[in-house]
Amino acid sequence: MDKKDGRAADEPGAAVRLDDPWYDALASGWGESNEAGDEARQRDDRQSPQETPVPDPRSASHDDVYRVVQKSAAFQEVRRRYRRFVVPATAAFLAWYLAYVIAATMAPDVMAHRVAGALNVAMLAGLGQFVTTFLFTWAYARHARLRRDRAALDIRWETQELTGRTDR
Amino acid sequence: MSVDQHTLALVLFSAFVAVTLGITTWAARRRRGSAEDFYVGGRLFSPLENGFAIAGDHMSAASFLGIAGLIALFGYDGLLYSVGFLVAWLIVLFLVAELVRNCGRFTLADVVGARMRQRRVRLAVGAASVTVSVLYLVAQLVGAGSLVALFLGGAGAQARTWTVIGVGALMVVYVAFGGMRATTWIQIVKAVLLMGGAIALTVLVVARFHGDINTLLNTAAEHSGHGSDFLAPGLKYGGDWTSRLDFISLGIALVLGTAGLPHILSRFYTVPTARAARRSAVWAIGLIGGFYLMTIVLGFGAAAVIGSDTVRVSNAAGNTAVPLLARDLGGGAGSTGGTVLFAVVAAVAFATILAVVAGVTLASSTSVAHDLYASLRRRPRATTKDGQRSALREVTVARVAAVGIGVATTGLALLAQDLNVASLVGLAFAVAASANLPVLLYTLFWRRFTTRGAVWSVYGGLIPAIVLVVLSPVVSGGPESLLPGLDFAYFPLENPGGVSIPLGFLMGWLGSVLSPKAADETRHAETEVRALTGAGAA
Repeated sequence: MDKKDGRAADEPGAAVRLDDPWYDALASGWGESNEAGDEARQRDDRQSPQETPVPDPRSASHDDVYRVVQKSAAFQEVRRRYRRFVVPATAAFLAWYLAYVIAATMAPDVMAHRVAGALNVAMLAGLGQFVTTFLFTWAYARHARLRRDRAALDIRWETQELTGRTDR
Repeated sequence: MSVDQHTLALVLFSAFVAVTLGITTWAARRRRGSAEDFYVGGRLFSPLENGFAIAGDHMSAASFLGIAGLIALFGYDGLLYSVGFLVAWLIVLFLVAELVRNCGRFTLADVVGARMRQRRVRLAVGAASVTVSVLYLVAQLVGAGSLVALFLGGAGAQARTWTVIGVGALMVVYVAFGGMRATTWIQIVKAVLLMGGAIALTVLVVARFHGDINTLLNTAAEHSGHGSDFLAPGLKYGGDWTSRLDFISLGIALVLGTAGLPHILSRFYTVPTARAARRSAVWAIGLIGGFYLMTIVLGFGAAAVIGSDTVRVSNAAGNTAVPLLARDLGGGAGSTGGTVLFAVVAAVAFATILAVVAGVTLASSTSVAHDLYASLRRRPRATTKDGQRSALREVTVARVAAVGIGVATTGLALLAQDLNVASLVGLAFAVAASANLPVLLYTLFWRRFTTRGAVWSVYGGLIPAIVLVVLSPVVSGGPESLLPGLDFAYFPLENPGGVSIPLGFLMGWLGSVLSPKAADETRHAETEVRALTGAGAA
């Protein structure tokens, strides 16, 4: 329930930062669907004339929200799931690719060994690279869809609600 | 014989130019003129559309004609290229696509600049992006010149010069008037044409051998003049230790470079969410993987059907292997089928070059306007009136930058006309992997990465990569060098990637460790939460 802390630490900030690339992003509509984005944009358009005393997007509470979310159990779980898949998978395909390139340049005799018909070790390894690339792609997309997407989206809406409340 | 096929190729190619100009007019009329429209087409493309556009951006004529040609001449060693180009997409999919979509707005520098919030970081990343794009553009334009010399018969220097100028002018028109929307649809049309052409030829090759791949490979080995060595690595890169190390260096650059190419990264901003970015990368991997599998069949098919020697006589680099194969499959020289297929392949290859250069021109003009120009002055908030006006001014700068980049790269391409296209492309990949990839990965994944680390890693990769190329056999010391009369080739490898990529990572680490100030934990928290959840994403 540390998210409540983020909300409680609601206070207007002092320093005005003009050169903030992310603030523009917030202002240009962050909705999942286009309609939501358009709504946000229209709201911004309506507000813009009176907004001359710029409310600070970089307030302490805005920063706090992200730190609090980062420490939350839900986010840690999403990050853990992402890393648990991506780190070993990246290590595996890079090692497999480097082994392939080094074998092809340093040990052509082994690679030229015939297996069946015109097929030799090199052909099998090359086609194997294609097959593993397709398999890794499929596995990653499936893992992300089933294990990460929903939790990440929940955190996204919660975070935006918190920052929206502190920003506007 | 030549009049027919050249006229037909010209007609087909003019039709493609007409269609693309139509798309540009349509996109220019529909534009609302906002930065979001110009840079990323309003972020409204579907994953399928974007997947085709990514594939279109990635599959250059160098891969269609070049890789198939290398296979036709050197057999297995040509295949090594396509494996590197494909495996690179796993890095894009796993580590880059979704996170970059979530953290940035238009460019690579957005991602890094959002965490570091320092003008010099944005300038460094922007400068590196422009450098990579310019190198890549010059390579593609040089390729366009030599292609036309090959296809349209008139191999004279004048035809080449005017082709390079014409392609340069067209790409500027697409980008300056049509922005991302026109560029994307041109990529999609081109990707469909390219896949269609490749599928048709592959089916014809396989049909010629009655579906027996084993016979196809054996015949290729027989007609190559190398016997069974043709089907194993070593014909091209198996010489002395220098050339073997050179290939390993190139292999590393190929697999790490794609994730640092600005025109590839900016494609992920054209879809609404990170999920859509992931799905477009999956589509792209399917299309690109299928395409490379077909180029392997075409390359071995060319060796089997027309023989390596015939290919070598026509063009020493093998670039004509696929068109010659097409002519033979259609019924041979002089026949209607042969003429039509030859002309179709020529037109598809040309469409490919036009689409790729448009994509890269857009990415580099975006970097000039959004990263370099915008960070050299204070930018008011986008919601205020001043801010809206300045965003519009930025788009105008981008359109003007497209013209400037077009003129500059066309000029460079005319100077570098005799340079080897493959080594120029390899160089662009090496610079992308050395200067852009380390800073991007550190920003996304390393808690203790600092501003100094960011600046050091960009320049620590960019400068060694360029210096090593200047000192390499590409520039001087050999008969095929840019300056054959001089010899200051102190670095033996043609591709600097094996040295400069580790240097980029090393300097990023060193700069962070030696930073006077510790890394900003809050910025890191914000980056991490945004990257993995999409909170606050544009």
